[in-house]
Amino acid sequence: MSLLADVGAATPTRRGRRPGELTRGAGLGLGVGVLWLSLLVLLPLAAIAASAFDDGVAGFWSAVTDAEALATIRFTVGAAALVTVVNAVVGTLIAWVLVRDRFPGRRVLEVVIDVPFALPTIVAGLVLITLYGPSGPFGVNLVGTRAGVVLALLFVTLPFVVRSVQPLLIDADREVEQAAASLGADGFTIFRRVVLPTLTPAIVSGAALSFARALGEFGSVILISANLVGKTQVSSSYILTMIESQEPTAAAAVATLLLVVAVVVLVVLDVVQRRTARRG
Amino acid sequence: MADAGAQAPVRRARRRTTRTAWVLRVIAVGYVLALVALPVASVVQHTFADGLGPVWDVLTSDDFLAALRLTVVVAGVAVVLNTVLGVGMGVLLARYRFPGRRLVSAVIDLPVSISPVVVGVALILVYGTYGWFGGALESIGIRVIFAVPGMVLATVLVSLPLVLREIVPTLEEAGLEQEQAAQSLGANAWQRFWRITLPTIRWALAYGVALSLARSLGEFGAVRVVSGSVSGVSQTLTLYVNDSYQELGPDAQRQAFAAAFVLMTVAVVLIVVIAALRPKEDRS
Repeated sequence: MSLLADVGAATPTRRGRRPGELTRGAGLGLGVGVLWLSLLVLLPLAAIAASAFDDGVAGFWSAVTDAEALATIRFTVGAAALVTVVNAVVGTLIAWVLVRDRFPGRRVLEVVIDVPFALPTIVAGLVLITLYGPSGPFGVNLVGTRAGVVLALLFVTLPFVVRSVQPLLIDADREVEQAAASLGADGFTIFRRVVLPTLTPAIVSGAALSFARALGEFGSVILISANLVGKTQVSSSYILTMIESQEPTAAAAVATLLLVVAVVVLVVLDVVQRRTARRG
Repeated sequence: MADAGAQAPVRRARRRTTRTAWVLRVIAVGYVLALVALPVASVVQHTFADGLGPVWDVLTSDDFLAALRLTVVVAGVAVVLNTVLGVGMGVLLARYRFPGRRLVSAVIDLPVSISPVVVGVALILVYGTYGWFGGALESIGIRVIFAVPGMVLATVLVSLPLVLREIVPTLEEAGLEQEQAAQSLGANAWQRFWRITLPTIRWALAYGVALSLARSLGEFGAVRVVSGSVSGVSQTLTLYVNDSYQELGPDAQRQAFAAAFVLMTVAVVLIVVIAALRPKEDRS
C-alpha cells in the first residue's frame, strides 16, 4: 500500500509533465491494478508463507523433513534436474534443426513443438498413457514408474528451450561460422567455439523455465505416476494430499519451498537477460 | 549420396556436414514424434475405436454438457479479466515510470512460474472457509472456494501475464510519438487509446488472448484444488477427464477420451490460430 501512496505523491496535475510521469487517470488505474494484484497474488502467497510457519520454524522444519515429504522433494527435484539437462541438449538440437535444416514436414514439426504448451496437462497425461501405458502398442508400461513421470515432464517442457534458442539462431551471424570453417575448424569445433557461446544465455533461460515448470508440474504427471507414495509422488501431489487431509501447515511448508525455488529461478532469469541485453 | 561421393574433395566436406545434418534431423524428428505426435495420434485412434456413436453419446450427456458450460464460463471470465489487466497494466508498465514498477512486473510473472497446486492452496488459505477472509466473505453470503469464483480466480492466476507479456514489447517498440502527436492535436486519453494504442497492439493482443484462452480452457491443477469437482456442478472439462479416467470401466474410459479429444481439438485449433497470428505480429 505504501507503493500507492508514493504514486499519489508523484502525480502532478499540471500539464506539460515529463514523459513517463503518471497522470491522475494512470495513477488511478495503477492503484486498481495493484489492489487487484495484492488480493490475487500477494495475499495468497503471503498466506502460504505464514501458514508454513504457523508452528514456528521448528514446525516448518519438521514438516519438510517428514519422511514422505523428503522423499517427494528429493524425487521431484531429481526428476526436474534430469528433465532440464535433457531439454538443454535436445531442445538446442531441435532448434538447430528447425532453423538450419530444410526438409519436408519442417513446418509441421514447428507446429507440433507448440502442442505441449496448448494441450491441457490432464490431456497430456492421458495422451502419454495411451501410448506408454498398460494397453500401449509398444508393450512398455510406464504407469506407476519414475520413468513415466520423467516422460510426462519431458512432454510438457519440450517447447521451453527450443523456443528460447530459436530466435537467437535465426539472428546468428553465419559469417563468423563461415570464417571459422575457412580457417579449418570442423563442424563440432565451430559449434562449440562459435555457436554455443552465443546460445548459452538462451539455453540457460529455457532450461531454467523447464526446471521451474517440471518442479511444479501436476496435471500431466498425476495419471501416469499413479501417485505412489515414496516412489512416484511429486511434490505438487503431496501438497494436494496434505491440504485435503486437513494439514495446511504441512502443505504450506512444501509449497513454500517450491515458491522459493520459483522466485530464485525468476531472479536468475532476470540476471541472465539483463546481462545479455547489456552485452547487446 | 552416391553421386556426391564421386565429386571433388571440396564436395566431400559438404557431404560430411550433410551426414551430420541427417543424424540431427532424425534425432529431432524422432524425439518429437515419439514424445508428442504419436501419443496425440493414438488418443484420436483410441477415442474413435468403437466408432462415432459412443463418442456422440458422451458428448450429449448431461454431465459432459454441464462441464463444457462451466469451462466456457470460467475460462471466458478469466480471459476477460486478464485482458483488462493485461492491457491496463501493459500500458502503465510500458509508458510510465513509477516507484515499484519492476516489483509490479515481477508479481505479475510470479504465478505462472509456480505450481498450479500451490496457486490453489494459496487461494484456499485466504478465501477458504478457515482462511483469512473466507469466514467473513461467507458470513455475507459469498462463497469463493469450492464455488465458481474460486475457480475463476485460480484460472486468472495461472494465465495472469500472458496478455501483458505479448503487448508490452509491441508498445515499447511503437514508442510515444504518435500518441503525443494525437495529444497535441487535442485527442483525449480515450480517443488516443481507441484510435492509436489499440490498433498498434491488436495482433499482439489477439495472440495474447488466444494464449490465455488455451491456458484457461485447459487448466487442471489449480482448479482441481479449489473446485471440489462435483460432477454436473463444479466440474470443468479437465476435471471431467480426470474423474472419468479414475473411475474404472469402459464407459468411464470412453468419457475420458471423448472429453480429452474435445479439449485436444480446441487446443490444436488455437495453436493454428496462434501460429497464424505470429508473423502478423512481427510485421506490425
